[in-house]
Amino acid sequence: MTRRWLKLGAVAGSVIALAFALTLGLERVMAPRTETDTQATTPPEDATVPHISATLFLATAEGDALVPVRMDVPLASSVAEQGREIIAAQLTAAQLPFVTPIPPGASLRAFYVTERGEGFIDLSAEAATAHPGGSTAEVLTVYSLVNAVTANLPSVTRVQLLIDGKEVDTLAGHVDLRRTLEKNDEIVQALPSP
Amino acid sequence: MPLVLITRDGHRPLPTTLVSGQELVALDDVVSAFQVTVREDTLAGGVTVTYKGRSVVLSPEQPMASVNGRLVALPSPLVRSGRRWLVPVEFLSRGLAPIYDSKIELRKPSRLILVGDVRVPRVTARVEGAGPPTHVVLEVTPSAPVIATIEPTRVVVHIDADAIDVGGPTAGVGLVEHVRAGDQPRTVVVTLRPGVGPVRTTTAEADGSMRLTIDVGAAGGSPTVAAPAAAPPVGDIPFINRPTLQTIAIDPGHGGEDGGVRGAGDVLEKQITLDTARRLKSMIETRLGIRVVLTRDDDQPVALDARAAFANNSKADLFLSLHANAAFGPGIAGAEVFYLSVDSDIEKAREAAQADTSSLPVLGGGSRRVELLRWDMAQASHIDASATLATMLETSLRAQQVPMSDRPVQRAPLRVLVGANMPAALLEIGYLTSPDQVKQLATPEFQTSVAQAIFDAVLQFRGYLEQGQ
Repeated sequence: MTRRWLKLGAVAGSVIALAFALTLGLERVMAPRTETDTQATTPPEDATVPHISATLFLATAEGDALVPVRMDVPLASSVAEQGREIIAAQLTAAQLPFVTPIPPGASLRAFYVTERGEGFIDLSAEAATAHPGGSTAEVLTVYSLVNAVTANLPSVTRVQLLIDGKEVDTLAGHVDLRRTLEKNDEIVQALPSP
Repeated sequence: MPLVLITRDGHRPLPTTLVSGQELVALDDVVSAFQVTVREDTLAGGVTVTYKGRSVVLSPEQPMASVNGRLVALPSPLVRSGRRWLVPVEFLSRGLAPIYDSKIELRKPSRLILVGDVRVPRVTARVEGAGPPTHVVLEVTPSAPVIATIEPTRVVVHIDADAIDVGGPTAGVGLVEHVRAGDQPRTVVVTLRPGVGPVRTTTAEADGSMRLTIDVGAAGGSPTVAAPAAAPPVGDIPFINRPTLQTIAIDPGHGGEDGGVRGAGDVLEKQITLDTARRLKSMIETRLGIRVVLTRDDDQPVALDARAAFANNSKADLFLSLHANAAFGPGIAGAEVFYLSVDSDIEKAREAAQADTSSLPVLGGGSRRVELLRWDMAQASHIDASATLATMLETSLRAQQVPMSDRPVQRAPLRVLVGANMPAALLEIGYLTSPDQVKQLATPEFQTSVAQAIFDAVLQFRGYLEQGQ
């Protein structure tokens, strides 16, 4: 009897997970496939864990624009949890010939979402202290994160970056971080369709 | 020529002194004119001016004043002359006015300081048509009663107010020799050429102004009376014409502990921006005669908000922030110009500013409508002009052979631009992460080329503003 209930529970859990994955991934399934469709350099530890295909953002080799790349990210049980998985992947994502727009050592401290559809990404101090500076580099760092969240979590429309749990003026003296930011498509360079 | 202090009780001169081209007033005279107290802080080397418990702190080191803890910019610092302390005359309107319980308005071109609720209308004059007849139009704003007395060789116009604000004399044409302030208080004199014929005057009040039209006919003829409230013909030269670009604020990015981008060989962004800003300031001031203020003139840290606030307090007509760029890869080079991007938040602020107007009383009666805008979104109402400025900068940089990146003009939510209440742009003059550019950016030749390009763009932008006028 107990074994039967366990089986039923597992089936129900799988159905719920599948439905959630479909909800999150619907936009990406429907969207034109202009992004490069490859796996992250750090593949998932457990291939049996359900994943979603997320759009992350790296910088061009020259470092003058963002490019969207597809990578697998573990499926999570809530929007906030899924956001954490996406940001964690964004912080470590790497794929040649592109370069990461994230300063070395920057890590995610927390991510939370408000009922108004605002996401707050709390980063470690390295996001600011290890930043190379310059308006262009700073724009890419900020919008790689803002775009990664808004592109993969349709319910989040604005994102604010925090450092060590606190609101900051900028990362390196340029981009205004006192308020939430919308996604920015102007700095995203679409790759030619394969 | 002293300033004239005008209050409800009368007029009094306020002597000034010129030091290095800067007009200064003695704090002793300020004490007697405004009943403030002045205390010298020998330890800090500064001076505190106090009025009814509110204070302003001045320092001989910095061209700034701390007004109840808030910094305001002055054109020059406090100066000691013998036993006296001298301050720039702008201290009266920027430093003293915020702590004073009556309004203080400095009208420097007119040599007037208005204190309290005094009626001091501006008087502008136009002389139209070689004639005969020749028409003189005097416009008094805000409106005040006028009485014209016709004499054989002149017309003396008396204006019923506490004082009048008249600019320099204006040359006449035809039957009128010139128009200038009269020797008697509150009068304007229209001097006629010898042998003129009949003179008629008419008055009309419109749009809060009193308009007096004087029609001067030739000897033996009859003047054609101008329509009393007719709009001035296109092409008239106004009596007082404010230049479109009076002050430019140049912001050398970073400074102090914030070195900005560090290029190979320890080339620092903060030094490049300061060097370039100094070249640009010198070029504009000596060749265009436009006042240029720098948000920092040495290696000191200045907060981003303080930079825009400094430009606002300096009443700058243009704000340019200078930077050197960085990228995550070494392969990109070239200059880029940024202006503020408008997302839905800022767009809402802009719409709110247009909708949210308030009526404020003005000197001499009447009121005017003002738009209210959050200080930290002041740039929202200048986005279109800033975009034009950015395009002009790009064009000028290319003309000066300054390398441009593949994305020469961009929009971004840059903090230093958000609070600037004037057309504004941020210029990244090149990439310190580029091995090809890192040495180039530090050379005087390159910085002079950049300064020349900005100078050219400023000239072009001035023309754009004048077209708008």
